[in-house]
This record gives sequence, C-alpha cells and structure tokens, in this order.
Amino acid sequence: MPPMLLELAYILSAFLFILGLKRLGSPATAPAGNSMAAAAMLIAVVATLLDRQVVSYAGIAGGIVGGAIVGTILARRVQMTAMPQLVAVFNGFGGGASALVASAELIRQTGMEPGIAGGIAAGVGILVGTVTFSGSVIAWGKLQGVITQRPVLFPLQRVVSFLLFAALVAGVILLAAGPVDPLLVLAMAGAALLLGILLVVPIGGADMPVVVSLLNSYSGLAASAAGFVLGNALLILAGALVGAAGLILTQLMCRAMNRSLANVAFGAFGGVDTTVGQDGPARTARSTTAEEAAPLLGHASRVAIIPGYGLAVAQAQHEVKKLVSNLEERGVEVYFAIHPVAGRMPGHMNVLLAEADIPYELLLDLDDANDQMPRTDVAIVVGANDVVNPEARNPASAIAGMPIVEVDRATTVVVIKRSLSTGFAGIDNPLFYKNRTMMLFADAKVAMADLAREVREV
Amino acid sequence: MGIWLMGIYVFVLAMFVGFELIRKIPPTLHTPLMSGANAISGITLIGAILVVGEGSGGWVTALGIAAVVFATINVVGGFLVTDRMLRMFRRKD
Repeated sequence: MPPMLLELAYILSAFLFILGLKRLGSPATAPAGNSMAAAAMLIAVVATLLDRQVVSYAGIAGGIVGGAIVGTILARRVQMTAMPQLVAVFNGFGGGASALVASAELIRQTGMEPGIAGGIAAGVGILVGTVTFSGSVIAWGKLQGVITQRPVLFPLQRVVSFLLFAALVAGVILLAAGPVDPLLVLAMAGAALLLGILLVVPIGGADMPVVVSLLNSYSGLAASAAGFVLGNALLILAGALVGAAGLILTQLMCRAMNRSLANVAFGAFGGVDTTVGQDGPARTARSTTAEEAAPLLGHASRVAIIPGYGLAVAQAQHEVKKLVSNLEERGVEVYFAIHPVAGRMPGHMNVLLAEADIPYELLLDLDDANDQMPRTDVAIVVGANDVVNPEARNPASAIAGMPIVEVDRATTVVVIKRSLSTGFAGIDNPLFYKNRTMMLFADAKVAMADLAREVREV
Repeated sequence: MGIWLMGIYVFVLAMFVGFELIRKIPPTLHTPLMSGANAISGITLIGAILVVGEGSGGWVTALGIAAVVFATINVVGGFLVTDRMLRMFRRKD
C-alpha cells in the first residue's frame, strides 16, 4: 500500500474513532458508536498490515489469533458484577502492549542514539505502560478478592515509591542522552513494575472506581507515548482521546467522594477504624420484617430504591426487578437513586440494573434523586452505606462534604443490611438510629424476594 | 514543522476533543464508555504490528509478538464486552 493511501486510511480511522466516542454518549446511539470505533480499529489494522514496512506475517497472525481467542472468551464469560475486574485486566493488557512496543523499538536501536525526543517518548512509554500493567494486575486482585481490599501499608512506602519514580525519571534522561543499552530498558521495566504495585496496594476497595478510571487514562497515555516513538499520529490521537476520557471519569469519581486525587492515592481511606460518635448514649435501631415493611411500600405513592455494591455482591438485581414490577402493578411510582460511586467502577450500578431489564429512565443521578426525595414516601437502601450517611454533613466527619443520597428527607427509610456494621469508610451511620428508619436485617437477595412477594399480598 | 511538534499538536487537540466529547456523557453510560475507550487504547496494536512486521527477529520480534497478543486481547475483548453491555441498555419492546 502506498504511504499516501495508508495515511488516508489512518485519517478515516481517526474520524471514526471520534464519531464513535461521540455516539457512545446516548443509550440510543451507543451500540452504533461502539461498532463505529471497532470499524475504525479494523481499518487501521488492515491498512497497517498492507504497509510496505510489514514483510513478516507469521508472528503477527499467530499473535492476533491467540489474542482474539483469549479476548473473546474473557468478554463472553464475564459476569456483569465482575465488569470492573475485566476492565482492569484489559487496561493492563493495553498498557503492557504499549510498554512492549516502546521497549522493542529501543532494543532494535541497541547501541544507537534514539535522540532526546525519541528517548523521552520511549522512556515515558515504558514507565506509564508498565505502571498501568502492574497496577491493573493489583486492581484486578483487589476487585476479585484475591488480594485484601484493605489498604496495604508498610513503613517508608511513599519514600520507596518516590525513589523508584526518581530512578525512572533518571532512566528516561539516560535513554535520551546516550546509546541504547538493553539492560537499562530491562531495569526500567522492572522498576516500573514495582512502582505500579506500590501505587495501587495502599488504596482501599471502595476507592477502586478512581483507580480503574485512572489506569484507563494511563493506558491511553501509554499508547500516545508509543505513537511518539513510532512517529504515528493515529496512535497519538487515539491514545490522547482515551487519556482524556479516563481523566474526566477520575475527576468525576473524586468529586463524588469530595476527595482529591492525592487523598485517594495516599490517604489509605478505610484502613483505620475511625470511631466517630461511639461515646454517646447507647442508641437503638428499629428492626423490622418484610411482612411489616411491605404494606408501607404497597400503599406508598412514590418509592425510591438506593442500590449499593452489596446488591451486586448478593446478586439481587433480578429480585429488585420483581419488586419494581410488583410495585408498579399497584400504581406505585418507583425510581432508583444512583450514587456515582455506588459500584466498583463509574456507572457500574447502571449496568447491573440494565442487566435485570430495569429501564434506564428509572435511574436518576444524585441531583435529580435528591430533588425527588422530599416527595418520596419510602426510600429503600439496599446494600449501600457510606453513600447515604448523613455524617457527610458533619464537618468533623471523615466523609465530610461527600455528596450523599439524602434518604433522610424521605418520609420513611427502610435499610436492608445484614448488620449494623460500618461501611468501607469505617464510620458509624446515624441514619440507622433515626426514628423514621427501619432496619431489615437480611441478605439483600432474600429481603428483596420477600418484599416482592409480600407486596402482592398487601 | 518537525514530526515531534506535529505529534504534540495532535496530542493536545485530541485531549481537548476527548474532554469535550466525554464531559457530556450521562453516568448511565460510564461503564460502557470506559470499556469502549479502553478498547480504543488497544490502537497500540498497529504499533505492535509494525514492530513485528519488520522481521528483525530476536528479542525485538519476541517483545513485538507479546505486544500483539496483549493489544489484541484488549481490542477484541474490549469491543465485544462493550457491545454486550450496550445491548442490555436497549429497550425491550
């Protein structure tokens, strides 16, 4: 393929990537948007295969077939509850691939001078790509429950991380300054692997939406760096698009917790037991049963459901759907209040509810839901804790200023939970002890099934 | 204008386009958006193809093939799983 034609194919591909991302912005056009982005990728890959520089096909064919099989299996088998882990894994592979491309380019130039710009681009590609890879592996482990969800801390952790980072920056400078030494490339990859691990292990399970978003951004930036190494504008462009997308989601997630990125990265949130307000007089929570709560729901005119990660863990989505259907049959208006960090990645809860065939029109975001709350008869909190904790209004609290679903403004609150234990943030929830709150101590799935059944008999 | 400067132009402008496109996307679609964007970051596959395709052999080709495998998992898995999720958002009439 003549170079001119190749460039034209890349421009078409870039155009389709941008259009595809734009269409991913509304539920009606999103499937077409995704197909458009996939087509853009196919055009870019086919055009590259026809490039004059490409003379050897065996390795490429084997790699693509192998990767396609693994990717297909992973994508088909994953449960929606495990989506954050899968996205973490894919981020890791993307970042790892970019680091490998940058390394291979450098090693090809062994003994030669990559130049200042070339050295910096390759060094940054190795650094960001490898950190993405090992950080994603740790994020996967935490989300999958293979590694503890609690922050893992050890003495001098930040000092070690900083020294590693400084050493990597020195490595980048060495690459830019002199002839390529494969040992330097290897050492940098090793240091970056370690750095990725050190950056993610101190972050608690509840902060995973931020970590996954940030790693997503890194995987894009690594691709951009690889683009600079190869002098390929399409890589730079597509990588930057993804880098921007990940950064925005990171920012949204941080804002949803009223915390800075630095606080998420180094705050070790949820690791220490902050026992706020434990010294006050003994408070009693009012316990209830599905039989007792059902009439409240059945006779309500408007019911809010506030789902949290506990709902996903209990796999209770389909029982929730049954409850919604039964309530709607009785003429009760039902809506869902979705907190941005309700799941383990941005928008996770929406996917879980969509899987259970709950129309997305019923899912309200934080602001809309809070507008509805004073006109809501019953708010059912299922498997959520910190996102409905009124302590967020207390300036002295560890979660001060975090935007919450203001369920305490509804007439009655029913909290479905297995015990009075604290959430990930490790702080007590005064909501549980309010007069108008009833605690339904049960597994989310069982409780939802019971409520759905009892509501029919009201 | 050098190729590097050109690259920086593309990078900066694409970041702006990315910000503008994604800022307006409703939270409902954040997960599929992220997995779709993730698949796009697999664009590094074309870099991997170029590295292997030169046929220099040895470590360069070995690393390149590993990159092809990694990037293809990212691309194929990413687009497929995004499609699977988006189907669930379709209204069932």
